[in-house]
Amino acid sequence: MKITEVDRTDNSEAHPLAGARAVVTGGTSGLGLALVRALRSAGAEVAFVARTPARVAEVARETGATGIVADVANKRDVHRIALEVGASVGRDGALDLLVNNASSLGPVPLRPLGDTDCEDLEAALAANLLGPFRLTKTLLGPLAAGGRSGRPSVVLNVSSDAARGAYPGWGAYGASKAGLAHLSAIWDAELAAEGVRVLSIDPGDMDTPLHERALPGSDRASLPRPGEAARALLAAVATVRGQVRS
Amino acid sequence: MRPRTGTLVAAGTPAQRPAGARLLTLDRQGTITVLPRRDWTGLVWKGDLVVANDAATLPASLRATHRPSGRAVEIRLAARRTLRPDDLVFDAVLLGEGDHRTRTEDRAAPPAMAAGDALAIPGTRLSASVIEVLDHPRFVRLAFDGSPPEFWSALGRAGRPVQYAHVPEPLALWDVWTVIAGPPVAFEPPSAGFLLDWASVAAIRSRGADFATLTHAAGLSSTGDPVLDARLPLPEPYRIPERTAALVRETRARGGRIIAIGTTVVRALEHAAAHGLLEDRSPLGASGTFASTADQRLGSGTQRAVVDVLVSGTHAPGTSHHELLRAFVPDPLLDRVDRALAGARFRTHEFGDSVWIESRLPSPWNARPRGPR
Repeated sequence: MKITEVDRTDNSEAHPLAGARAVVTGGTSGLGLALVRALRSAGAEVAFVARTPARVAEVARETGATGIVADVANKRDVHRIALEVGASVGRDGALDLLVNNASSLGPVPLRPLGDTDCEDLEAALAANLLGPFRLTKTLLGPLAAGGRSGRPSVVLNVSSDAARGAYPGWGAYGASKAGLAHLSAIWDAELAAEGVRVLSIDPGDMDTPLHERALPGSDRASLPRPGEAARALLAAVATVRGQVRS
Repeated sequence: MRPRTGTLVAAGTPAQRPAGARLLTLDRQGTITVLPRRDWTGLVWKGDLVVANDAATLPASLRATHRPSGRAVEIRLAARRTLRPDDLVFDAVLLGEGDHRTRTEDRAAPPAMAAGDALAIPGTRLSASVIEVLDHPRFVRLAFDGSPPEFWSALGRAGRPVQYAHVPEPLALWDVWTVIAGPPVAFEPPSAGFLLDWASVAAIRSRGADFATLTHAAGLSSTGDPVLDARLPLPEPYRIPERTAALVRETRARGGRIIAIGTTVVRALEHAAAHGLLEDRSPLGASGTFASTADQRLGSGTQRAVVDVLVSGTHAPGTSHHELLRAFVPDPLLDRVDRALAGARFRTHEFGDSVWIESRLPSPWNARPRGPR
């Protein structure tokens, strides 16, 4: 799905995501932080996940969101994340939005697949494919409960043009994001009856720490800010939630 | 004594849906049948409502140090007065040194407790203080220190699921969370729900039935102490979303059956019905949901108003779960069920086989004239 196709008009007074219960992974930098801020501005209740305790505390203080210190790539952390979600934004048993945003670039500097260690590919798959799979599966009960209560709940998996284009040097990242996009499409078909929509959206290039690590020295001024992409992604989510279930 | 042809077998492997799981069904005519459990949704009829408990299981077992004596203690969180995550006051059962591999009834006694004693959780900054010793030396009310986010973060790191000697391998949360698990409020898993998977939820819908949830804080099944065990189940807070209450009303109005996945669902729905909470225009909370605390005991002679079918684990006579079956089935018939389960060597406990019990006892709503099916 291209975000440029999304209808951004919103004539209602309250933001369509006001009161929504949302979880964002990778919430302390780049697009994730912009999403936490945009969701909070929209009046959503937010829990976010990131690895660095000091940054988590800082963002929690700034935004009033619930901070969870964990690594989505670590199997042992996933139920602990769900426990803290259930004790905060998920306390009434339902969630409206999960954004699987946390991503790993794979080995940097970027390199050809032939020079990529197996362990580096495994780590990229753990962060970009298995992590979103595990967290979505663990939170599927509350997401389905949200879907049963009227509007569809949404799982938004942040994708990349590297999921489709065969860019040399982007093997670990591109393969894991391609896997995530296909996982999203299948899960969306399976969960439609539960009122859960699973989207995979490419937000486009942005001025983020991940972009700087991938392409050091690019002209940052020419890149869109993550806040613009965050608003466009949330508009796409609001559009899906506004669709009446058949 | 009646001759026994077999006995129940403890299920010791933490698999929620093992391929060989079995289901004993008792229908309204009193016929007993044994099926592969994976076929259970074939027993659901068009117009029925299946209700399950979406409580996630707390890592309710914590290793602690009793500050005044310096001795090791296992805290088993057992009850709470509310479902609110900012309520950090728990009633807890305390056990002395040892772990789950020792049978609970053989565990050492904890050191003597007094109000004000501190319990520290090693490896965390978490600590709790004894507010009062309840009416048993192993049963205390604890208040955890710190903010709710600090508590939940530390509990997730330091706590483990409560477990018993029949399952030797240490359990992880993923072993005890059902696929629909959400709010972490259960002290032991609502394990009847282990038979649910997303394919069965879809199958229920494709049969023209509906699926709904409630949240009920399932409590400990055993404390290892006969005096405390006799008081189980403790009062358990629950919450019923208005959508679920509305579906119960609609299902009853069209003559469909209410199928409860687990004794906790029975306890919540029957408590709500007995207090008029399932009626339309019931006192709703802000989110269209109401909460209360189930403090009744269900057993022989209990008037049921709502639940027609109970899907439950296999429980031995004498347990509170088994006692609840007497609210559904007259004693002579229940005795036949028990003998059939033992004869077929059904597996018991949370990872065991299951029963599907259709009520033979009249309930007020059952007695109402039914609409066309």
